Amino acid sequence: MNVYTPIFILGALAFGFAAFSVVIAGFTGPKRYNRAKYDAYECGIEPTPQPIGGGRFPVKYYLTAMMFIIFDIELVFLYPWAVAFDQLGAFGLVAMMLFLLNLAVPYVYEWRRGGLEWD
Amino acid sequence: MNFTPPAIDYFALSPMIVIFAAAIVSVLVEAFAPRTIRRFLQLLIVFGALLTSAVLIVLNAGTRTVTGGGAVVIDGPALVMMGTIVVLSILGAALMAERSIDPVGDSFAARASSLPGSEDERQLTQRGYLQTEIWPLTLFAVLGMLLFVTANNLLLMFVALEIISLPLYLMTGMARRRRLLSQEASLKYFLLGVFASAFYLYGAALVYGYSGSIFFPEIAQSLTSKPSESIVVFIGMGMLIIGPLFKIGAVPFHQWVPDVYQGAPTAVVGFMAATVKVAAFGALLRILYVAFGGVRWDWDPLIWIVAVASMILGSIVALLQTDIKRLLGYSWIAQAGFILVGLAAASPAGLESTMFYVIAYGFATVGTFAVISMVRDANGEATNLAAWAGIGRKSPLVASALSLFLLGLAGIPLTSGFVSKFAVFVAAIEAGATWLVIIGVIASLIAAFFYVRIVVIMFFAEPTEQTASVVVPSAFTTISLSAGVAVTLILGIFPQPVLDMLSNAGLFLR
Amino acid sequence: MTEILPAEGVFSLLWVLIALPAAGALILLLGGRRTNTWGPYLGILTVVGSAVIAVLMLLAMMAEPAEQRTVIQNVYDWVFVGSFQVSFALQLDQLSIVFVLLITLVGALIFIYSLGYMAHDPDRRKFFAYLNLFVAAMLLLVLANNYLLLYVGWEGVGLASYLLIGFWQRKPTAAAAAKKAFVINRVGDVGLSVAIMLIFVTFGSVTFQDVFGQVGEANEGTLTAIGLLLLLAAAGKSAQFPLQAWLLDAMEGPTPVSALIHAATMVTAGVYLIARSNAIYNAATWAATAVVVVGLITIFMGAIIGSAKDDIKKSLAGSTMSQIGYMVFAAGLGPIGYVFAIFHLLTHGVFKAGLFLGAGSVMHGMNDGVNMRRYGALKGVMVITFITFMAGYLAIIGIPPFSGFWSKDEIIHAAFERNSIIGAAAILAAGITGFYMTRMVAMTFFGKKRWEDDVHPHESPKVMTIPLIILAIGSTFMGMALLFWGNIEYWLEPVVGYESVPTPLPTWVYIVVTLVVVIIGAIIGWVTYARKDVPIEAPRGNLLTRAARQDLYGDAINDVLVVEPTYKSAHALTTFDNKAVDGFVTWTASFVGDLSKRLRRSQTGFARSYALSMVGGAIILLVALILVRLS
Repeated sequence: MNVYTPIFILGALAFGFAAFSVVIAGFTGPKRYNRAKYDAYECGIEPTPQPIGGGRFPVKYYLTAMMFIIFDIELVFLYPWAVAFDQLGAFGLVAMMLFLLNLAVPYVYEWRRGGLEWD
Repeated sequence: MNFTPPAIDYFALSPMIVIFAAAIVSVLVEAFAPRTIRRFLQLLIVFGALLTSAVLIVLNAGTRTVTGGGAVVIDGPALVMMGTIVVLSILGAALMAERSIDPVGDSFAARASSLPGSEDERQLTQRGYLQTEIWPLTLFAVLGMLLFVTANNLLLMFVALEIISLPLYLMTGMARRRRLLSQEASLKYFLLGVFASAFYLYGAALVYGYSGSIFFPEIAQSLTSKPSESIVVFIGMGMLIIGPLFKIGAVPFHQWVPDVYQGAPTAVVGFMAATVKVAAFGALLRILYVAFGGVRWDWDPLIWIVAVASMILGSIVALLQTDIKRLLGYSWIAQAGFILVGLAAASPAGLESTMFYVIAYGFATVGTFAVISMVRDANGEATNLAAWAGIGRKSPLVASALSLFLLGLAGIPLTSGFVSKFAVFVAAIEAGATWLVIIGVIASLIAAFFYVRIVVIMFFAEPTEQTASVVVPSAFTTISLSAGVAVTLILGIFPQPVLDMLSNAGLFLR
Repeated sequence: MTEILPAEGVFSLLWVLIALPAAGALILLLGGRRTNTWGPYLGILTVVGSAVIAVLMLLAMMAEPAEQRTVIQNVYDWVFVGSFQVSFALQLDQLSIVFVLLITLVGALIFIYSLGYMAHDPDRRKFFAYLNLFVAAMLLLVLANNYLLLYVGWEGVGLASYLLIGFWQRKPTAAAAAKKAFVINRVGDVGLSVAIMLIFVTFGSVTFQDVFGQVGEANEGTLTAIGLLLLLAAAGKSAQFPLQAWLLDAMEGPTPVSALIHAATMVTAGVYLIARSNAIYNAATWAATAVVVVGLITIFMGAIIGSAKDDIKKSLAGSTMSQIGYMVFAAGLGPIGYVFAIFHLLTHGVFKAGLFLGAGSVMHGMNDGVNMRRYGALKGVMVITFITFMAGYLAIIGIPPFSGFWSKDEIIHAAFERNSIIGAAAILAAGITGFYMTRMVAMTFFGKKRWEDDVHPHESPKVMTIPLIILAIGSTFMGMALLFWGNIEYWLEPVVGYESVPTPLPTWVYIVVTLVVVIIGAIIGWVTYARKDVPIEAPRGNLLTRAARQDLYGDAINDVLVVEPTYKSAHALTTFDNKAVDGFVTWTASFVGDLSKRLRRSQTGFARSYALSMVGGAIILLVALILVRLS
């Protein structure tokens, strides 16, 4: 038995499930269309552009998302460090501080560039 | 559980650290410095950091060490590649710093986020805003390239790949003129680049699953110690090298190249065409020679296929192009194929000749794009070949410089291109791939045809009303151009010192 | 093995031979308009300087014993990669010196002639710059001591030839001709570059000495391959079958160019290559036979084309092909032929240069008209041109004591030493030579005036006629001088080898037969073109004439075999790159059906097809990898 066999089985299952769901939904689901059903997503932004010059992109939405990612990543790395804080010692502390400092830079950049001002 | 902090050789890492620190400072300058002095400060930081880094690389000459917990390796070839990348970056940055070619300002959009053709854009342009975000992005890209050629494990290599890519995607979309084309190219580059990265990552996972290690030397060890169940690890390896193969634009991962060459700001193309190729070949060499050096016969056919496909498709399709930037895009694809011929040799000579080739190619490329950025008509750069008719009559010096680069790329004797082509072909023949070389020679003859075609158009066609004019640039572009000319000639006539340096650089540290 | 002389005394100037014209080209090209007034004179001066040095070297060489006449000068180490080592080294021996003398002396005369011929051309400076470039490259070609450096010169002369054919690029025909020459020559260059690599793989070196010293150790198959590849290269450069088509079009260039490059020197580089590589051909019999066959075919092709063309330069070009065919043919005969190939090359270089310059002088007086049907009765108007042209004429058809007689006779004799059939063929070709050259002379200088109304023929200025006179003297006496006073066969023997075997009949029989055949050919030509009126419109002619006017369909064959497939594959690949990828998507869609159609609709932009082809490519590569692994 190959060590990879489980991976392949899992992959096949995942693919099979995806195909199965899409196909079966096409057969069994009720087909009552309205405008909302044709939207790409039920939240977020229209993927196709608005008339030229008329529709401006609310870039703020993405800026907030980026801000979320900055702190999210910070958190992901802070957790394991916190758990092993005493073993890692001074080296770990310095490394982590440098990491936090570097992460602060994009935050500062976004703040100075007005990314936090939501009109 | 005892934890011992990894030993870090800070001096060996200093070329990267300098660039990284400068990049951070550069971001802060964007955040805090007033608009009026930003450009000046950024240029100071960028050129200061690159020059310092270059000096530190020279001081590191002879270092052979693995540091940073085994993640980074500084050895002869790595130092050569790093030095080449930094020097080419200086020349590329000089192209980007050029301000006197375009009457409106530099070659970048005043604000990349404003809609093309909008009122907003017009106002910003009128007020003479200059884009300075390009500079931190440049520094990050250079940092990524330096890490790419020194990475000694799969993970750091992936991180480096991303650090190279993300800034380049953005820089591609920043052209001041023909912005829609530029943004389209940027998006395509991004989508396909992410796709290629995913291949790399999946391959890395498979290789790790097989060998239980992400470090190249240990992967090599496990390949020799348990060779039986290895089909999956080869699939992993194949997917792994798709990352660098995408970056060098080898067939079948090449479709982004012409679009990006055409769309991106010319100065950025000059920068990235020269440096990324060096970095990606550095990484490819390290993966194949260090991690998979023991199973050369398994990956050689793959490289053969890619090399042949790249050489033939690149050379033949380039024959019919009418846009000079697009043409050079296809030429890049063909050149990637030629370099792969040397790489396929899998020998010290292969390593040496490949490195020589990317060096020669890099300098010729920076020079070529310096010239292209100078040839303009009313709508900005004149990239249609029709506008190049008779340029040689108007500006013989500039046209001669471009002819030199093109003849160099074509591999005409007494230019750097000839020595480099000959070196890779000889390396391949010594390794027994004679048929590959024959295909290579034929492809290079086809390629010579379209390179010479441009020379002919420049010198032998009568100038028409469409013919563009050559703008006199400032010192920035002039420096890049002259450096390109000098290196192309010197490497063609006196290649020996550089060849000696390359053979003294020795092999990869395993 | 010959001993090597150190590059001392006059030989230390070896590099100067090349550097002088190269410097001239550089100054003229970079100097721009400032050099317009004195540039051409500088160009002439550099070539004359090289010629003087060459003569001094010849004298110094003659003072040495025959076995020690090889000089090698290492200029600097060019490429040293691992085991691949090439020096920028020059080699002067008995073979190269005769080439150097031919190039510099004939070159100098043609330079001087060009002063007059190009007097009214606004781009005169550029013309001299290119000529200088050519001379430098050609000297490098013949002085190189290894194949790689020879290749550099080989490419250099190709470039110069290309630039000069297209010199009048305002004429679209000239631009097209330049391109054609370039492309066809590249085909030959493939042969040379692959041959060099093969040589390096086989012998581990590319210097002549190392390679020829080790020929005995290589197997014959490899040597045959190398020989055939070198023959391909020679055929490209020397316009031999099947790569002959470019030479006729190359006549679009200025006439001095046709004389220097496309008659006297560059086109003979192929012969030089074969003679230089004699050790390889001696060991590879099949390759040598191929050389003979190619030479023989070209002798006839060139002669037939020369007989049908009405354009005086093209007719001469056909004749050049044919005469070089003789040289290649002789070189293929082996040690009995090399020296005579070179001998004929030298005499031909002089008399053909004279003929071309004579043709140029005629054109100069005829408002640049080249149609011989519009000439006629010029012998009274252009006396000097006529007399010098006649000297060239008698030399090329081989009437004793003119120079061509001696060299061609030796080749025919050598052919009989090998095989009577090819010897007879060579005699027949000599007869055709007599015919077409007589036709040319008759149509140009004799018969009735057929000039156009606004043409007022006149003799050319002295600067043009003096080179003509010198070349005519050469055409007359050079053969005797080289054979009786210079002992050409023993002079060249240390380099290319020489032997003589007895023929079935005494020598005088061949000479008489040859002369009779030539004279018959000449009489036919005379009767057809001098005694009768030449119609101004060319008659339709028989099948062979019509074919010959079309260069024996060389272009058509090239089109079908090379040009069309290349263009088609280029178009096809472009289409493939742009369209087929999309087509592949469509195909996938119909294959996978409704599901993938929906998926496809949800995507926009062409990046999808790029991505799909990346996946396809990746899959192909991975499958290949697995197959290799499993096999």
